[in-house]
Amino acid sequence: MRKEKLTILSNLPVAAAIWRLELATEDPGREVDGEFVHLSVPGHFLRRPLSLCEVNPGRITLLYKIVGEGTRTLASLPEGTILDALTDLGHGFHPEACRQEALLIGGGLGAAPLYLLARRLKAAGKSVTAVLGFNRVEEVVLDAAFCTLCDRVEMTTLDGSAGRKGFVTDALEVLELRYDYFYTCGPMVMMKAVCALLPGSGEASLEERMGCGCGICYGCSIPTAQGPRRVCADGPVFKKEDLSW
Amino acid sequence: MVKDLSVNLCGHRLPNPVIPASGTFGFGVEMAGCMDLDVLGGIALKGTTLAARPGNPTPRIAESPAGMLNAVGLQNPGIDALVHEKIPALRKVYGGLVIANISGFSIKEYEAGCARADACGGIDLIEVNISCPNVHGGGMSFGTDPFSAAEVTRAVKAACLRTPVFIKLSPNVTDITAIARSCEDAGADGLTLVNTFLGMRIDIARRRPLLTNRTGGVSGPAIFPMALRMVYEVAHACSIPVMGCGGVTDTAGVIEMMMAGAAAVQVGAANIRNPFVCPDIIRALPALMDRLGIETLQDIIGTA
Repeated sequence: MRKEKLTILSNLPVAAAIWRLELATEDPGREVDGEFVHLSVPGHFLRRPLSLCEVNPGRITLLYKIVGEGTRTLASLPEGTILDALTDLGHGFHPEACRQEALLIGGGLGAAPLYLLARRLKAAGKSVTAVLGFNRVEEVVLDAAFCTLCDRVEMTTLDGSAGRKGFVTDALEVLELRYDYFYTCGPMVMMKAVCALLPGSGEASLEERMGCGCGICYGCSIPTAQGPRRVCADGPVFKKEDLSW
Repeated sequence: MVKDLSVNLCGHRLPNPVIPASGTFGFGVEMAGCMDLDVLGGIALKGTTLAARPGNPTPRIAESPAGMLNAVGLQNPGIDALVHEKIPALRKVYGGLVIANISGFSIKEYEAGCARADACGGIDLIEVNISCPNVHGGGMSFGTDPFSAAEVTRAVKAACLRTPVFIKLSPNVTDITAIARSCEDAGADGLTLVNTFLGMRIDIARRRPLLTNRTGGVSGPAIFPMALRMVYEVAHACSIPVMGCGGVTDTAGVIEMMMAGAAAVQVGAANIRNPFVCPDIIRALPALMDRLGIETLQDIIGTA
């Protein structure tokens, strides 16, 4: 973990209530590590944890949904604003766990950390299939980016306004997808259903209300097969077999 | 000029009075890779019970204006893990004051937990938590009545043969000085105050309490004036040392707590917002002392 100042390069809406935030590190050569950053939002005591979507030297990109006062304030911040951030937090997905064919299942903004993973899998020469689910076409994000990067992309929406109608699990049941390892991120109910449905090994990235973000307050602990584990410091990525749901 | 930040606490000379409060700094080792722990005045470890506890279901954390609520519910690995794993691991990376925080659900449990902590080398002070608002049938129920507070104090003092015992008090009482005096009379070596204030938030979209536990403990800058008032009252009512705790976020808060009568100052929720806040405060103390004409920090205790 480190504490650093990040400068807003851009902060713009990209879909219904979803914003894309691009931040610059002080050192233009620095590559942010970990799975998420913990941002201080003016006027709020607790920080807001946001998953990394893209990491490049000197800059990161995050996607966030406006769900409350904190994210509403974040959306109001103009370019050039300096944010106080805790960075290099969390243990992410394991690209090396996949031998050759990876299956990524995203729900809503869960697509964001999966995009970072997809880039790493492709860089390692793996084939990547992505199944991305959204509520409706207005909430679709990163579809073009996934299509450019991945070997196969399937999309679902609950109302059928884009891609297949239904849940990602409906698509997983009918599509014949080849994979040796899967990765999922999205709403808890979706990830639970995905882990129950898919045979074989995989991992899921969890979300929880956090305090410190670095493992010292125990505010985000969940039960696992290994006993209670902190989502922020032991996760947020956990192996399918360790999750007690 | 060189300022003297050191304070004396039950015979221990601390390099400064700033101590991360129990529950806001894990077991110390978690932060060893990020900072030099030896700059701290001490470390109060996460509350520990005789048996391991998973804590409450999430959400356990909520925000409030100028602060936060927690309902972690004493998640901890149990006294065996504290004694055999956490303390030895911390001692490899830290040479300063270690405060073990012990909680329980019966007098016998407090007694047994404290005896184990007392027998374990590497613990300098034992803080007995009779003020956790997030567990049922234990914790705070012992700390809201002078008689049961004294009963716990007597039992743990008899069980601790070598380690000084501080009792950590709840602010959720009508007269905290009555509880404090009762603990002093029962033999406490010192007092820590205050723990969190009982509170709650409601998720207005779901029309349900935000915390699964329904209620939680409020901490952060919002509680500072109330905590300060209680430290002031208790420091005047008792003659044993007091560790002031509650809403301290900066150097001025440390100075205020000490002027109110605190011999040392614990920083809680501020660590959750900024895990580096204690070293930041310690680094900034000499400049504020200089501005206020203070040479020796110990001299300001109880001067308000």
